[in-house]
This record gives sequence, C-alpha cells and structure tokens, in this order.
Amino acid sequence: MRRIICVWLLSLMALPAFAETTLDVGYLRVDVARPPVLSNLDAIPENNGIAGAQTGLKDNLTTGKFLGQTYTLTTASVPQGDDPLAAAAQMLAETPYLILDAPAPVLLAIADLPQAQGALLFNASAGDVSLRDSDCRANLFHSLPSDAMRTDALAQVLVQKRWTDLVMIAGTFPADIAYADAIRRSLTKFGLRLSAEKTWDADADMRRTASQEIPLFTQDFGDYDALILADELHDFGRYVLYNTWQARPVVGSEGLSAQTWARVIEQWGAAQLQSRFSDQHSRDMTSLDYAAWAAIRTLGEAVTRTNATDPQTLRDYILSDAFELAGFKGRALTYRAWNGQLRQPIAIAHPRALVAQAPLEGFLHQTNELDSLGLDRPESKCEAFQ
Amino acid sequence: MRSFLKSSIATGVLMIAASTASAGEIWVTNEKDDTVSVIDTETLEVIQTYPTGERPRGITFSKDFSLVYICASDSDAVQVMDPNTGEILHDLPSGEDPEQFVLHPDDTHLYIANEDDAITTVVNTKTHKVVAQIDVGVEPEGMAVSPDGKIAITTSETTNMAHWIDTETQELFANTLVDSRPRHAEFAKDGSEMWVSSEIGGTLTVFDTASQTELAKMSFEVPGVHADRVQPVGFEFGPDDAFAYVALGPSNHIAVVNAQTYAVEDYILVGRRVWHMAFNADKSRLFTTNGVSGDVTVVDVAARKAIKSIKVGRFPWGAAFRP
Repeated sequence: MRRIICVWLLSLMALPAFAETTLDVGYLRVDVARPPVLSNLDAIPENNGIAGAQTGLKDNLTTGKFLGQTYTLTTASVPQGDDPLAAAAQMLAETPYLILDAPAPVLLAIADLPQAQGALLFNASAGDVSLRDSDCRANLFHSLPSDAMRTDALAQVLVQKRWTDLVMIAGTFPADIAYADAIRRSLTKFGLRLSAEKTWDADADMRRTASQEIPLFTQDFGDYDALILADELHDFGRYVLYNTWQARPVVGSEGLSAQTWARVIEQWGAAQLQSRFSDQHSRDMTSLDYAAWAAIRTLGEAVTRTNATDPQTLRDYILSDAFELAGFKGRALTYRAWNGQLRQPIAIAHPRALVAQAPLEGFLHQTNELDSLGLDRPESKCEAFQ
Repeated sequence: MRSFLKSSIATGVLMIAASTASAGEIWVTNEKDDTVSVIDTETLEVIQTYPTGERPRGITFSKDFSLVYICASDSDAVQVMDPNTGEILHDLPSGEDPEQFVLHPDDTHLYIANEDDAITTVVNTKTHKVVAQIDVGVEPEGMAVSPDGKIAITTSETTNMAHWIDTETQELFANTLVDSRPRHAEFAKDGSEMWVSSEIGGTLTVFDTASQTELAKMSFEVPGVHADRVQPVGFEFGPDDAFAYVALGPSNHIAVVNAQTYAVEDYILVGRRVWHMAFNADKSRLFTTNGVSGDVTVVDVAARKAIKSIKVGRFPWGAAFRP
C-alpha cells in the first residue's frame, strides 16, 4: 500500500505546474423563510446546492490540470433580512460568473443590476416559467428545468399510461400554486382532462391528522385515473399515498414524480456522479445540487473548448451548436437559444426506482425531442436572447 | 439409400462435433449477474456459466489464453480465472472500481482504468504488484495499448480526453480533447492510428499516433433513430483492419466503417443497448453484447446481417475470444 501511495504522489508532482487560465465562479445563496411542514422526516441539507457546485468544481479542476486551466469557487449566503443585491454586487465586482440559489424576484433584481450587465448568471433554484418567458434576461441562464419541463414530462407518462382522467389537490404556498399552474398547462398541451381540483388549506377545519382526513377529503372526487398533488414544499402530500378513497395512483409532487435529479438515477453513468458526490459530501445529490453542478460544468466545458475566460466568448459558445454537456442523462445537454434554458431529459421516478425518462418514445419534435418539454421556441415570449 | 443418407447425416453430425471441439469461445461478462457466459462460436450456444466477483465488466485473455482477467468493478479487483475450470486463481490489486483494462504486448502489465478514482493503475500480473498509478481525467474508461507497446491510452468520460501514456516512464506525454464522454479506444493499422469513440458526442475520432493530431472524425445517422440515441461505445476492427465495427448503444445498431475512407457504409440491427464485441477466430462472425436485452447478437460479417441472438446473463458488457 505504501508503494502505491508513493508512486501516486510522484505522478502528481510530475504534472505540469503551469496554470495560464483561471475562471473564478461565485455561488450566491439567498436564504428564504421556509414555512413549517407537517413532517420533519426529510431535512434540507445545510449545503444544498453548494455541494453540487463543489463536485462540479472538482470535475473542472481535474480536466483543467491537463490544459493549464484552473477554477475557483467562492460561496456566500445572504441571511434573511439582509440585502441580496448588495451581496450580488460585491460578488460581481470579483467575477462575472455567478450561480444563484434565490427566488425568482431576487434573480431578476440581480440580473438587472448595472454590475450584472455582460455577466453570465445561472439560475439553479427557480423553476418559474415566467423566467423563461416574458421575464427572461439575456444574462440569466437556467440550469434547473422549468416547472413546465417537469410537468410536461409527467404528462407524457400519463398519456403513455392512458391515465387521461385526472384530479388534483394543490397546496396554497406560492410554489404549489406555480406547480399547479404548470400542471394545468401541461394537461392542456397533451390533451388530458382535469376533472376536479381541490385545495389543501391548512387553515380549514380539519381536526384529525392528515392521514385520517385524506379518505374523506378525496371521497367526492368520484372515479378518476390518477390523483395529482401540487405540494412542492412536501407538506401534506406524503400522507395522501395509500389513504385516498379510491385505489388510484398518486403523481406530481409525491408518488410518481418528475424530478431534475434523484438518487434512483443510475443509468447513463449516473452511478459514477452519484458516488463521486456522496463520497465527497456523505449524502445524496439533490436537484439543486445537480443544477449547480450542471452550471459550473457548463462553464468548465466552455473554457475547455474555447480556452477563453471572457463572458462574451463563453456565452456565444454555450449558445452555439458546438456546445454539448454530458450530464449523465443519456443525451447531450444543450441550451435553448431562445431563453437560455438547459435542455435535459427529466426523470420520472418514485423514491425507490426510476420509472421512465422523458421525452418518452413517440413524443416527436421537428428539431429536438427534448423540446417537447417546457417552452418551445414558438411558445416562449422571451425576446432578450434575440 | 436411406441408410446411406442416415450415415452421411451421422457423419455430418460427427464433423460438426469435431469442429466444435476445435472451435473457439466468446466469453461475455454479465454486469448484473456476477457471472461470465461462455459461448461456443460454432454451435452458438452457451456452454458454460462461471461465477465472478461483483459487477464484472472488462475481460481479456493472457497471450497464450491460459488465463482470463476480469474486472470485478464492485469487488475492487481484477480477478484471474483458469478458463478451463472457471476457478478464480487469485485477485490482482487493481485500485478502486476497475472498469476496463488492456494487457500490454509483454503479456505482463495490465493497464487498468479506475473509474471512481481518476487513475490508471498499472499492475504486474506476474508479481501481483502495482507498478504505477497515473493521474488521468474524471471517470477513466477506454483503454488501449499500441502494438509496439510503447503507448497506452486512457480515455476519461467526464474530462473528455484521450490521455497518452509513455509506458516506459508511466507518465502522460499528451492529452487530446475529444467529443463528450469518450468510451473506448483502439490502435489501428499497425499502431499508426488511434481511434476513440465519444458516446454523447456521437462521434469517432481518428488520431495520427505519431503527432497525436486529429486525422478524421466520423458521425453516424441511423435511419429512424434520433441522433441523440446514436451513441458510439465499443468498437473493433475486422479482418486486415479494412472495416471498423462500432456499437451504437441505445440505437441498437452496429455501424460498419470503412477504415480507409472513414465512410460509414452500413448499419446492422442487433440487440438493445449494444456495448462491446468480439470476433471469432477468422473474424467471419462478430458477437455483440447487448446490455438491455440481455443477449449476444451473432453477426455474419461478410453479409453484414445478424444471424442469431443468444441469451446470456443480465446486462452483458465485455466480450473476449479464445481459440
């Protein structure tokens, strides 16, 4: 064993010591108040997102050392109540490359800062469709899929399984409302029927535990093929499964769920990324981690191929046909030239296994099947990228 | 007349049996069964199944075919098996998660890609000692060695490079970028060319070995299959290096590439998610491992047609021939 280590150290020293190109990346997290949820079973990791960026940084560094390219990552968190714009401006004074974990209005305010003009910002946290639509910004790319991409993926599975008659329970948090909106849009897009909707309102007079309320709450849905949950904060949804009046599958935020990333993704070499990540951080990789990883890898790939570090060259390359990111999803990931969204397959999974990966076979598209998910060029009202 | 026919049939059967005895075998690793399947190249039947370590992938024989080396990835070992008995003789230290390897022409040194560690490990198969560990890119996988033994290649899937190793110093002397997710490397034409497949890039890149510069790049178009699903992985050269046969992963096809003109001449339908392949003795038949459908497709090389599928274990991955 000693011999192995010795040789390994030697070979490290034999590597070229030059580093001609350096790319500095900032990671800014804006903390938001999280409302209480019914169960504390699944804590959100303290380093959610940042850990993904760190794994991506390591990947970039390994590649970079063969090319004389190096990368740094600076992270900052803005506590609740502090000014995220001041923190962003401070980071932008150091580097034009930021990965952002923040709600949509904060993302837009950062993108509109004078210091951010000509910068390259990556949204790793907000699925809001509006950011890829009329609210898009030329300096704001999205490595996280939009809500619409995820709900379109789910709708494709519903079509394929012929679960065409659907009902929905939606929570009242803004994320639930946005997700429910995306669901309605996707059901219309794929010709599915939403025959009833109910709101799960924590203020309603429900004095039993959620699991005891659910049978009664779902009784007047009558018959249907599948129940959709819009519960993006994972408040009540976990109590719906196996408690519905009718024996029907549950999909959406719980049950069969369309996700950016999940621990059950192991095909397409994903097992390697999962184990690299969990070796480094002693936990599973989340969707936010994945989006942060994809953002820093996007920059890494652009630097590798262009050997440039100026935002204009990198932005042009990232939006060009030459760019492709191997994102462990079985296809090359590329950016939509009309709104800066990272095209990607979407996993439809339950907590124990991957069920399908959208786009599903048979959902055709004239240019790229991946564009059957989310806002396609004719649909998007984004003009900033033109 | 009838008895004559009978006896000639009997003789025919005997002749087949006789040729079987001298026929070759294709050894296939079954990634999710922890076994190897042994296929008779004449009868096209599985004649043996031997247990291995966990997640067997890369497989290769010693030059005299008296030993078979198997990458047992999740056992973190290269296993050495007696191919006549299926007995595991011993394990070689391999570094973590060995995926693919190549045996140096000296019949002694194994160059092993350690997928989880960004390292290529060089092991002496005689002394069972690690000779060197070489830092390479993220997720090394494809391994090749030049016929003169002077150069070894590791391709790294996430770094997207072919790393050129000087086998004398065990150090890198060049790193060349290729398209996304390089999977497999082979030297061709007496070592004057080095070919690399890129799974996500969908291309095959040909390098001039002497200068490590790109000579050609090929891409593939399978009719009726979206370009994203055409993913080159394993490939091998046919008789006289005239054609390369390229597994195209989830497009379920093998491409036939003219190795002189670099033109793609044909596509052959095989099983689902085709990974790797091996030829029989005279290279008249090609055996492809099909990961998803759990079988091996036998291709008639001259006719460019699949003639049979043979069920093996779950997720067949590597393939190797022994006479």
